[in-house]
Amino acid sequence: MDQPASPPTKMGVSVTSRATEGSAAAAPVKVSAQNVDVFYGEKHAIKGVSINIPERSVTAFIGPSGCGKSTFLRCINRMNDLIEGCRVTGRILLDDDDINDRSVDVVLLRARVGMVFQKPNPFPKSIYDNVAYGPKIHGLARTRAEMDAIVEQSLRKAALWDEVKDRLKEPGTGLSGGQQQRLCIARAIAVSPEVILMDEPCSALDPIATARIEELIDELRQNYTIIIVTHSMQQAARVSQQTAFFHLGNLVETGSTEFMFTNPHDQRTQDYITGRFG
Amino acid sequence: MADVALAPSPAPDAPRTRSADLIARSLSRRRRAEVRFRAYGLAAVIAAIAFVVFLFWTILQSGLPAFFQAAMTVEVTLDPAVIDVGPRPVRADFPNEAAFAAADLAWQTALAGKNFGSLIERAVNAVLATPASSRDIRAIYASNERFRLRDMVAADPGLIGRTIPFTLVASADVDVWFKGNIDRSLPENQQQLTLAQQQITDAMIADGTMKSVFASWIFTNVDSRSSPATAGLAGAFMGSLFMMLVVIALSVPIGVAGAIYLEEFAPKNRITDLIEVNINNLAAVPSIVFGLLGAAVFINAMHLPLSAPIVGGLVLSLMTLPTIIIATRGVLRAVPPSIREAATGLGASRVQVVFHHVLPLVIPGILTATIIGVAQALGETAPLLLVGMSAFVANIPTGLFDQSTALPVQLFLWQGNENRNFFEPRTSAAIIVLLGLMILLNALAIFLRQRFQTRW
Ligand SMILES: Nc1ncnc2c1ncn2[C@@H]1O[C@H](COP(=O)(O)OP(=O)(O)OP(=O)(O)O)[C@@H](O)[C@H]1O
Ligand SMILES: [Mg+2]
Repeated sequence: MDQPASPPTKMGVSVTSRATEGSAAAAPVKVSAQNVDVFYGEKHAIKGVSINIPERSVTAFIGPSGCGKSTFLRCINRMNDLIEGCRVTGRILLDDDDINDRSVDVVLLRARVGMVFQKPNPFPKSIYDNVAYGPKIHGLARTRAEMDAIVEQSLRKAALWDEVKDRLKEPGTGLSGGQQQRLCIARAIAVSPEVILMDEPCSALDPIATARIEELIDELRQNYTIIIVTHSMQQAARVSQQTAFFHLGNLVETGSTEFMFTNPHDQRTQDYITGRFG
Repeated sequence: MADVALAPSPAPDAPRTRSADLIARSLSRRRRAEVRFRAYGLAAVIAAIAFVVFLFWTILQSGLPAFFQAAMTVEVTLDPAVIDVGPRPVRADFPNEAAFAAADLAWQTALAGKNFGSLIERAVNAVLATPASSRDIRAIYASNERFRLRDMVAADPGLIGRTIPFTLVASADVDVWFKGNIDRSLPENQQQLTLAQQQITDAMIADGTMKSVFASWIFTNVDSRSSPATAGLAGAFMGSLFMMLVVIALSVPIGVAGAIYLEEFAPKNRITDLIEVNINNLAAVPSIVFGLLGAAVFINAMHLPLSAPIVGGLVLSLMTLPTIIIATRGVLRAVPPSIREAATGLGASRVQVVFHHVLPLVIPGILTATIIGVAQALGETAPLLLVGMSAFVANIPTGLFDQSTALPVQLFLWQGNENRNFFEPRTSAAIIVLLGLMILLNALAIFLRQRFQTRW
């Protein structure tokens, strides 16, 4: 509210989206959004957003509450399909295929683009079954031994294996909040997705669990494309290579994290990063 | 409140104390409201419990004695001179099955024509000091006992010629007299028993021949008009059971599937809105209307048999469906969306989300809804009257298309019987059986719910 409309920036330009600058520009594009608009009934929640997400890197979405980060994130694996009255227009490409195309099987899309939700939401089943569920429905394991291996690997990657290896048969809902969140991450990576969407994965976690998840994200970056929504500027700075700043449904600015945090173009970005509104 | 707010402006440090004051004052008011509310609640609960206790007490008090009836044990001599019809045919003597069946039937008919009543009469006279008339003796015991004796002999012809102890169930009028359920000081012309019959009864009570025995036949016999003392609930019980089977087999799968479809798969539009409104309205339709519908559709249009459990079951299924659909939709809606999102996000299809995650969570709720719906149907009377289930049926139904009646209808019939002194306690006894069945169903619901409850 301090900065209503978009005023000219210091450099005299006001664009909604800025080409990537700095280091990450070289990586191939994994997800590309072109002029995406989202409506909840009459409400225009995302306004003409275009962005390129590079492969095998971490992209952070930041912005004040209600600006549409979650909404945009959910477009990428079409979770908005579940919401009554939600309409998405524009093109979103995953490896050059339009995910909203009729020919796209949404089940396959969601197997390729996994999601970790803001609130840990393990199934009320055993820890093992939580992780094994995705591989099971997609037929990724042919034998029990293969499944055991997938479960162990996923839990190891999520830095949870040592804590739960003796209690795999116990309900996943009996874990602590941070453990549950890591279980959800293990569940998501068990399907070997290409892209992982994380909506404020650390918002309910203590600093230690947060640090572990950040470590995990850093590791996962080697093999996966990660998009993370966060309210913590420090977290965005620590884990991401690119940052996108959303404001009132607009993508205000995007670029390499280093650049964004040291030299933002837009006044609103600067105000937000320095904590003047949001 | 208002006058306080308008009070003269306070001293500089006043606002805090004043607002604390206000809060303190409102606190006592709030506490009073709370106490009042609790008192109302407690009073309501106590009143409800008092009613339930009163209900059970009256029913048990009047119904339990009906499970015991007067009966007299006498020594019956199965005199061959009276009942011998020769040995029962054996299959080996006949060239084919048909010839054997015909001969056996002839033998049974011959036996049925024998005067078993006179054997009983002799046996009763043997215990009496002065012989009584056969009319009086026939008034003393339930007429069905003659046929029971005959059936015993038919089942074991070797008994002929022997003397066996036989417990005769006393007639309904004697039972009423025995239990003191009728004013003994009334003049003879207002009594069911003649003076002579009263004297016989009293003599048998005095010498211990007539005793109270557990009336197991209430559970094993069918209803009877000619022999009310030995009438039982078996036919009605089986009829109710068959109807419950129909209700469970039809309304549970259809209701649950319908609810799942409407809640999870159907698009939300005008048509589904209309369907929803109609289902809610159906749940509020008086049950007798379903009876009319059943009579018109199942009996008049589809020509299903009158008084059959299949028709009663269909009518009750129609009545139970909305209950099950509404309750199932309720529990489906209560499943947290995060579970659906989690499964969908992993790439589960809609059907997989529902069957792997949502249904296991709602099974306890569905079971409860089902059993409550079925229990409701079990106690329903009005719609059954309209499809002919109040007819008098003298056989235990063996299938869905046999004539039968139902427990609540049997209750209704007994309650209307002119022999009130005998049938009022009988009705209470039937109520006890019905309530017992309901309590059993509810206990099952609770057990299943605990069993399937997911730890959250
Ligand atoms: N299901 C919905 N129906 C209608 N409006 C919605 C719905 N979900 C979100 N919105 C609206 O869309 C806008 C963007 O919401 P979104 O959840 O994407 O915000 P966000 O950036 O994730 O906020 P936060 O940081 O608080 O999570 C908000 O104004 C919100 O009110
Ligand atoms: Mg959000």
